[in-house]
Amino acid sequence: MRGNSNLRPAFAVVVSVALSLLSFAAHAQTAAPSASPPLSTGFRFSEQSGEELFVNVCRGCHMADGRGATGAGIYPSLAGNKNLEAGGYPVAVVVNGQRGMPAFGAMMSDDQVAAVVNYLRTHFGNDYKDAVTAEDVKTVRQ
Amino acid sequence: MPSKPVTVSRRDLLSLIGAVSGSAAMYHAMTSLGFASDSGYKGPIKLEGDPKGASVLILGAGLAGMTAALELRKAGYQVRILEFNSRPGGRNWTLRGGDSFTELGGATQTCEFEQGLYLNPGPWRIPYHHRALLDYCRRLNVALEPFIQLNHNALLHATKAFGGVPQRIRDIKADFQGEVSELLAKATQQGKLDEAVSREDREILMQALRSWGALDRNYAYKANLISAEYRGYAKNPGGGLGAAPVPGEPIALSDILKSQLWRYLQNFARHQFQTTMFQPVGGMDMIGKAFAKEVGDVIRYDAKVTGIQQDDHGVTVTFTDLKAPAAPQQAKADWCVCTIPLPILSQLPVDVGAPMKTAIDAVPYSASVKIGLQFKRRFWEEDEAIYGGISYTDLPIRQIAYPNTGFNRAGKGVLLGAYLFESPNAYEFTAMPPAERVARAVEFGASLHPQYTAEFDNGVAVAWHRMPFTLGCAGEWTDKARAEHYDNLCQIDGRIVLAGEHASYIPAWQEGAILSSLDAITRLHARVVKA
Repeated sequence: MRGNSNLRPAFAVVVSVALSLLSFAAHAQTAAPSASPPLSTGFRFSEQSGEELFVNVCRGCHMADGRGATGAGIYPSLAGNKNLEAGGYPVAVVVNGQRGMPAFGAMMSDDQVAAVVNYLRTHFGNDYKDAVTAEDVKTVRQ
Repeated sequence: MPSKPVTVSRRDLLSLIGAVSGSAAMYHAMTSLGFASDSGYKGPIKLEGDPKGASVLILGAGLAGMTAALELRKAGYQVRILEFNSRPGGRNWTLRGGDSFTELGGATQTCEFEQGLYLNPGPWRIPYHHRALLDYCRRLNVALEPFIQLNHNALLHATKAFGGVPQRIRDIKADFQGEVSELLAKATQQGKLDEAVSREDREILMQALRSWGALDRNYAYKANLISAEYRGYAKNPGGGLGAAPVPGEPIALSDILKSQLWRYLQNFARHQFQTTMFQPVGGMDMIGKAFAKEVGDVIRYDAKVTGIQQDDHGVTVTFTDLKAPAAPQQAKADWCVCTIPLPILSQLPVDVGAPMKTAIDAVPYSASVKIGLQFKRRFWEEDEAIYGGISYTDLPIRQIAYPNTGFNRAGKGVLLGAYLFESPNAYEFTAMPPAERVARAVEFGASLHPQYTAEFDNGVAVAWHRMPFTLGCAGEWTDKARAEHYDNLCQIDGRIVLAGEHASYIPAWQEGAILSSLDAITRLHARVVKA
């Protein structure tokens, strides 16, 4: 982000709203325009680590704290989510999609899917020790 | 309630009955008037026969729902609509100064545009062949004006080509066309097309290439006043002394090929983007408001549907009044037209058979983000003679679309500073806080228009996966999902039928929503009057 004095006043109000909604210690740095995350350049995500993928992709619906949101329908919370217990389940959902959740299989490699699933399964109050592997993802692909 | 399998022939028969219920003569008359046309619209539907006071509960006051309400009420039904939002239109929506909206996650944006300026965060253009939508606009007195899809003076931009300098569409278009014509003329002259083209046609082809490609008498595409008539001039013809025009130097074919800028030319060729396109004067929501003028009295706003049940006698819908959410309420009717977007509907307990339920679960909605930016002046017009139309770029913002109204005025202007869809970037922008979406759109847009930095005023960013009333932009069908589930999604299940852009072959277009609705209520009506 360019240091542009014209932009700052207009954004100040909304930024403060956004920040108040984030888990400040963990995610404040991702909310500020000055620390913009890298963006993908093609038809596949360029983020590699689980955290980067969560912040740049999953956060869109599941929110910064992983707790999802409620409107006319809901985005499920990933926090303490029992559905994450068996690693194969989130792998399948990320790869193939499910209901409102789009399929990300074509936009992420096996390694990326494994990385983001492992991130979910070890954050937001989840503490599953059995990491999934790229091989597990490969098996799930249709 | 288990749904009875509906065979293809029966379904076709039902739609046929509906389609010709007016009478064959009327259909013939409409055809000769040129009414029946591209999108399958056959003119205003006629639902003949007495529904005997039957009631229909419609879920969703978007274009599909309001079309159903308008036509069913006219046919003698008792209709009611439950709508989640506090306004009609659904994705038919316009943001103006003072409008405020809250996305999932809680961030609230208030639009700060000047009076008269707006952003259409959802649909924003209407092809000339979307005859149903155009017919409703005519019947409901919605004024239209041209939407400019192709502006020859707008820009094509590739980060890694031409040193990052944007090119004029007319240069890329004319040069690519001219240089391809020159190649084809050479191949023809060298006899390489003798097998494919007859001697007689070869002569005509050479003339055509010269005419189409702006070639000189030697069939070459060069810097001269012939090509300049297509690509424009380095110095335009003027008046008085020193006014002679000076042609510009064409961009080499190899440079155009490597730049990849040719890939944007399809945006001016595809049927859905061909001229003439339209937009409602004053904002796309003029259509939703015009519908609401007709059926607003039957809409109950702030009603969040939580369940849909049916039995042999009727349909019961449970909903929460968002303004008084204490106790769930129920609405009953004989039939239900449900236009609730599938990401939401798939989460509700809905009393339909397995085929429809599986279909409801099978269609995720695409990611899309639109960002409106207000600038202190219309620099794209004042400095660059870009009046309306769209510039394309390989940056994440993908497009900059200029307002197709209010041309040549002094004062502020609003343009569409980003339109992302179905790409990693669309998800990435969705995941950003709204202020950051706007900031990055400004940052990227400055690569096409350096004036951005000094002239930016304020902006709003709508990420469709964050919209509480849709949870996404539009139905994202794969060929496989369509083959397996589309018919099951559209069939009438007991007393429930679905409608909306997701139940059409033109997803994400308003025409799809209206055609789907007309088809659904035609089949429903046929069933009602037969019973």
